[in-house]
Amino acid sequence: MRTARPLLLSVIIAVAPGCSGNQSALNPHGAPAIHVEHLIIGTVAACTAVWILVMVILGLALLRRRRAAADSAKSEARLTMTVVAAVVATGVIIAGLTIASFYTTRSIGGPESAALTITVRGQQWWWQIFYASSGATPGFQTANEIHIPLGEDVNIRLESADVIHSFWVPSLAGKQDLVPGRSNSLLLRAEKPGVYRGQCAEFCGLQHSHMAIVVIAEAPVDYERWAAAQRGDAMVPADPDAAAGQAAFLAKPCAACHTVRGTPANGTTGPDLTHIGARQTIGAGLLETTRGSLAAWIADPQTLKPGNNMPMVPLTSVELQNISAYMESLK
Amino acid sequence: MGTESVTEKANVNPASALMVAGLLLLISSGGVFGWLRQARELRLDPPGVSDLDRFRLMQNGISGTPPESYFALGKVYESDAYNLSQGKRLYSWFGCAACHADGRGGIGPSFLDGWWLYGPEMVSIVASIRDGRPHGMPAFRDKMTIEQIWQLAGYVQTIGSYTPKVAAPSRNDDKHTRPAENRGPAKILFDEGPAGVHADQGPSP
Repeated sequence: MRTARPLLLSVIIAVAPGCSGNQSALNPHGAPAIHVEHLIIGTVAACTAVWILVMVILGLALLRRRRAAADSAKSEARLTMTVVAAVVATGVIIAGLTIASFYTTRSIGGPESAALTITVRGQQWWWQIFYASSGATPGFQTANEIHIPLGEDVNIRLESADVIHSFWVPSLAGKQDLVPGRSNSLLLRAEKPGVYRGQCAEFCGLQHSHMAIVVIAEAPVDYERWAAAQRGDAMVPADPDAAAGQAAFLAKPCAACHTVRGTPANGTTGPDLTHIGARQTIGAGLLETTRGSLAAWIADPQTLKPGNNMPMVPLTSVELQNISAYMESLK
Repeated sequence: MGTESVTEKANVNPASALMVAGLLLLISSGGVFGWLRQARELRLDPPGVSDLDRFRLMQNGISGTPPESYFALGKVYESDAYNLSQGKRLYSWFGCAACHADGRGGIGPSFLDGWWLYGPEMVSIVASIRDGRPHGMPAFRDKMTIEQIWQLAGYVQTIGSYTPKVAAPSRNDDKHTRPAENRGPAKILFDEGPAGVHADQGPSP
């Protein structure tokens, strides 16, 4: 016992951080994630109870001394009763878990009416995100970062451009696949402000592990401010470095794949870069957005994330400096 | 039961045991060869990339000599499935289908009919994409890197190839409108009937 206690403690210390943090199904901060947590706990509790019961009965049966042969008809009837009771109990427990799972699945699916619908399109290996236009307010596109208002049901429409991906933000929602050629939907809802991390949960190729997404839940006022900024065109570069960077960006192959609204760059293959400087990460959670990491990424994307679809564009060192300054300025 | 299985064990035919061992060896060596497949080159060294730009074209812009590094790489852009697949993606990403459709042509010439206006050599196709051609083919020099142009050229060559290539790009995600790219010569497999533009052109079966 004396050696067992530190051992148990160290196991708990090693495993427990997995249960907290901003990416954990056991640390839910939204209604759908709470439903999923209840299902996990309920299923584990039921299975544990059954396991303990079976082990106790088995132990008793092993310890008990064999009885002398009694009235065979009477013992046969008792045996039948025991087997019937066990079968019925098994059926009831499995049916109960099935029903619980069914209702949980129903409550985490896409809501029929939601004020906000966001389309998430999986790409190898990043998330393309569309906020639809409503009435006079135009829509906009972003990547790898979703902002949602607190305490509101948000409908996430899931599509895929290439292979099957899976959208999983464990602290806020269930898990749902993005299947090419069809559209799935999922309910996303946050009760507590914060930055929640998620990642692709279906193996989708070489860089599956570098396909992270961030959900930022904020007060409705902050969300509206963010959305208004995103709807606007890209900032006109003020400092000369960034202006030179814009010219280089438009003259080089960059503009053929990336859009920067307000400039002639209107490619659709890569992520929309209109407000890339305002995003937390680049490369789908690969690096923090800083001028240095932007430069590193542009200089050699195939070393940082081998196999991704961004080619290494030959640039002079001055062009590289200017383009990364321009990217950083796109707040 | 027990005695039966013991006698069975004793009666194992050495020839069949040898066959099973041979089969296992065959399967495992197949696995090893599969594992030792062609390495996927995802990042070329910058000097190697810039060398891809240095091919020499004949005076009339048809055919020529590929750069040295192309042979050093093992002609990957026309014979490697990964590069052909990337070429196929570039074909849709850069809007080639707007003029050339699924390879049957439209505003631009067809690739499927096996009739190459500037010859079927890789250098000709790369030059067509990089520098453009008269009558509407735009230059993609400032829109794609030279490596992407080689990948795309390999795919375009595959569409109208006279002989089937060993490697194939990945299959279509949507409905096939014509035979798969590796089933050359596609023209013979895919005869659209009397409406064909070049009845007397292309390969003969």
